[in-house]
Order: sequence, then structure tokens, then C-alpha cells
Amino acid sequence: MTQNIKKILYTHTVWEFFLLVIVLWVAVLVSAGMGYMNIGFYDVVNIIVTSITGNSEQIKTLEEVARVIVMDVRLPRILCSVIVGAGLAVSGCVYQGILLNPLADPYTLGISGGAAFGASLAFLFFPEISLYVVPCFAFSGAVITLFVVIWLSSGKTFSRDGLSSNSLILSGIIVASILSAGISFLKYIADEEVSVIIFWLMGSFASKTWTDVWILLIIVSMGSLVIYFYSRDLNVIALGSRMASTLGINTGRVTMVLLITASLVAAVCVSVSGIIGFVGLLVPHMMRSVTGPDNTRLIPVCLLSGGILLVTADTITRAVLPVEVPIGVLTALIGGPFFCYVFRRNHLKNRGKQV
Amino acid sequence: MIYTVDNLSFSYDSAHILDGISMDIEKGSFYGILGPNGCGKTTFLDLLIRHKKPDSGRISFSGTNILKISRKRLARKIALVSQNFYINFPYTARQVVIMGRYPYISRFSSPSSEDLSRVDSIMKKTGVDRLSDNFITELSGGERQRVVFARALVQDTEVIILDEATSNLDIRHTIDLLDIVKNRVDQKKLTAISVFQDINLAARYCDRLIFLRNGNIVAKGKTEEMINQGLIQKVFDVDSQIRFEPLYNASQVIFKKGHHDIH
Repeated sequence: MTQNIKKILYTHTVWEFFLLVIVLWVAVLVSAGMGYMNIGFYDVVNIIVTSITGNSEQIKTLEEVARVIVMDVRLPRILCSVIVGAGLAVSGCVYQGILLNPLADPYTLGISGGAAFGASLAFLFFPEISLYVVPCFAFSGAVITLFVVIWLSSGKTFSRDGLSSNSLILSGIIVASILSAGISFLKYIADEEVSVIIFWLMGSFASKTWTDVWILLIIVSMGSLVIYFYSRDLNVIALGSRMASTLGINTGRVTMVLLITASLVAAVCVSVSGIIGFVGLLVPHMMRSVTGPDNTRLIPVCLLSGGILLVTADTITRAVLPVEVPIGVLTALIGGPFFCYVFRRNHLKNRGKQV
Repeated sequence: MIYTVDNLSFSYDSAHILDGISMDIEKGSFYGILGPNGCGKTTFLDLLIRHKKPDSGRISFSGTNILKISRKRLARKIALVSQNFYINFPYTARQVVIMGRYPYISRFSSPSSEDLSRVDSIMKKTGVDRLSDNFITELSGGERQRVVFARALVQDTEVIILDEATSNLDIRHTIDLLDIVKNRVDQKKLTAISVFQDINLAARYCDRLIFLRNGNIVAKGKTEEMINQGLIQKVFDVDSQIRFEPLYNASQVIFKKGHHDIH
């Protein structure tokens, strides 16, 4: 029975894509109506359409408060959560592909640790202008960490075989634990700034602006295009680097391009939103069990469903729960146990086989 | 000459793996590469498929320096079946075999019906058609090996390279696989280059043998001239007797005790 359902899902590529696009739009519009002040679905659509078309006659007919709430407060936050969700999911998918490990995520290589360390430094040394400096520091921290990890895991073998997934994971863990100690130290000497650091580390989309949306949109969409371009090569890399070589793929170069692209995407997401765990791990993992591991199909699906998942989670914490729970905490609290369930189920299913 | 190998050397840091190897490889022959563990067999194959670059020396493929041929073009000429690998993602067996057609399909297109019919006929021929919809992660080592072999045949190349490709197959599937390769060598003028652990399999199937030891060629030539006690002793440090087996029309080696006595 489930085998049959799986087969049907495996073959309906276009459908799933349009279905997800529709679900995403509905999620965005419904979310924009929800909150402290409820705004009807059609009013939301009306506000967005007239604001985009810029028809001044029609704009006057709208209720000013509702327009400001939807356009200036809620939409930037909602779109940020969609793009960050998409970016984290797609980069998780790439990490799992190049590290040949279905349990890797955008943070496996210490990207989050680097961003968190950078952000903590900014909070500590530039507390007055932290709003502007933190994203820059977080982004630089993530990128520097990435290059340290690549440098650590490359030797003479690097230029020949590409980076080995084991040495990458190992270097990532080493660097991440050093950074984690560094963050603890910064918190320790931070005094009154410590609460800001802790809050940032838990992730949030509160008070995001259109500037954030545009920065995210540009980097994440460009990154996704690059990743999609190499998606078929990523399939072949799953056969191992020798095999990929004989199928016409320069494994070293493809790995490097994908690693850097996925990390830049993850870094920009983290620097805008703070640390949001489990999206990059969970979404590709779940989607793979629906679409199969073919990356040409998995990557677009991850992009869309990552966006849907995070906008839903953010709406729950913003508009449904009585108190706003930090989004990173929410995703980990819901995602963690759910992941345990999925992992345990697959583990039991594959008992006695290599997992 | 499909390959001309000229004074090829390769080393990792201080360890010399290959030390000035030269040889010619003719089109339409089945070559066997033999030698003790760590003699550089696998590295040699890696250089032949352009997975690694030599430190010095060069490999010409059909008269052109192999490093100057684009990878995509090379993928239509040379296929590899490697040993013992594990795929971490649940591709179906058929999806893996289809990957063998990637060098012929442009990046964003789907496989044509011609590609798919080739895939299906080769899966049938190699006896993996019944595994078609099974997940590669759930197959046994031997089944996986045969799927990967089918993947290499689908690639439709003039050279096929086998790196101990039969090491985890049972005897029937070993013979089936090598028969298919031998057939293609004899009838379609394919060139096969295979690393073997089992000297007797190599003696039965190969036209020519190459013996490596410590990164050097100890001997190379026609199979019937290569199978002799002296050479086996020299390469593997093992005493042996040679018997001609009329059924195979080939010599077979029977091993005596190694020179270390076991008490």
C-alpha cells in the first residue's frame, strides 16, 4: 500500500511543485492576516495587490492601519521566514549530498558557530550600533569559519580527489567546539549584553525590514540557481568520487562550488535570523522520503517546503501562542522529537542492514 | 594503441606508489593487472580513468594526452566498475543504472526513450531487471555490485575498467559478469582492464597479464607466457605448481604453503 503511494509520488513531478507553490502562497497570505489584529483574507490580498500596483486612488480607500501592519510589519517578517526556511533547507540538502551523509545540515561544518561567534563579538564591542553590525559580523564569522574548515581538511589529496567528507565533518566539529567555547567566554565577560546575545542565538524574525528581505532574496535565489545547476552532478557524487570522475564530473570542483554556495546561503540566513536549527536537517530528510533522493527534484521541493515550514512555525510563535517563543527554540522543540521518531522508525525498518 | 603509458610516477607525500611505469594497451584485448596488496594497482587505475593526476610521465588515450581530453568526452570512452562501495541515499537500482547515460544527456533534459530502452535491455542481460524498483541501500553487496556493473555497460564505452569488480560476487555471478565482458572484448573490440586478486580467474579470462610489485612492472605479456612458478614466486612470495586445464584452455595455479611455517 505505502509502496504504491510512494510509486505514485515518485512519478508526479510537476504536480507536487505547483501544489507546494500554492500552499506556500496560501500560508503567506493567511499568516499576513493573523496576529494581534486580525485582518480578513480578502483584505490582505486587496492590500498587497493595490500596494504593488501602486494605484493611489485605491490606496486611499484602504484602512491605513491595516495597510501599515500588513505591508510594513508583517510581510517583511513573513517573507524573511519563507526565504530563510528555503535557504536553510536547500543548503541542508546540498550538505547531505556532498558530505554523503543524510544527517548533515548547514551547521555541521560550524557555519552557525562562526556566525554566532561573530554576532557575539559585535554585541560585545559595538552595543550601540549592534543592529547594523551584527549581521555583517555574523556573516563574516560564518565565511571565515568555512574557509578555516576547508583549509583544515585539505592536504595534498585535496587537489586530486576533492575534499573527503570525513575530514570535512571532523574539521567542522573541531572548529565548532572551539567556537562554542569562545562564545561561552564572550558571554561570561559580557555583563549586561549577555541577554541580547542569548536572545540572538535563539533566532528571531521580529522587526525584520524590507532591506532584510531583499538581501536574503538576492543571495538565496542566486545561490539556489547555482545549486540547481549542479543538482544532477550531486546525484552522481553519491556514487563516490571515483565513479563520478568516470561519469564526466570534476568532483573536486563541483564539491567546492556547492560547498561555498550552500555555506554563503546558510550564512546570510543565519546572519539575518539568528540560529534556527533542524530546518536544514529535517526538511531534506523528510522530503527525500517523499520524492526520492534525485536532487534535480529534491532541491526545488526542499526550497518550497522549507519556506512553508518556517513561515508556519513563525506564525505559530507570533500569532497563535500566547507568548512569543524564540523561533529557534520552537523548531528544535518540535523538530527534535519528530526527527527522533523518523530516525527510530527508519532504523527499525532497516534493522540488520547497513544504515 | 588505445593507451600509451609513458614513465608514469605517482606518490603520496613521501610514499612512492608508482615508480616510472611504461606500457602500451591494445584495443580489443582483455588485460589483467595482478600484484600483492599495496603494489599500486588501484592507483594505476585511478590514473587511467583520470581520477588522479600523475606526478610525472604521461598517459595518452587514443593518441591524445588524457589530461587534455574533456571529462565529459572521456566519460563516453571509459567506464569504471569499482569494488565495495556503498551508496548512502535510497536511489532505485534503475535510477543508478540510468546515471550511466548522463554523459549523453544534457544537464536539464530527461533520458530519451532510446536511453531508457538501452537501460532496460542491459539490466535484463545482467540479470538485475527484477531489482529495478528496489532501493540500492537495501540490496546485498553482490546485488549492488551487479547494478553498478550494469551502470558501466549502459555507459557504452570502448574501454571498461574493473577494480576487483567480482570480489563480492558468488561464483555464478562472477562467471556471468566476466563472460559478458569477455564477449564484448571478443565481439565488439572493447578493451577491458581489470585488477584481480584471483590469479586463476585472470588466467582464464585475460589475454594479457601485467604484474606489479612495489610500484614497478615485474612482468607483462601474453597470459600463457606469464603463468609460471618463477614469476608467481617473485611477485607474491608463494610456492606454486602450474597445471594446464583443458576445459578453460588456460593454465591454472595451485598454491603450496607460504614460506612462513604455521605451527
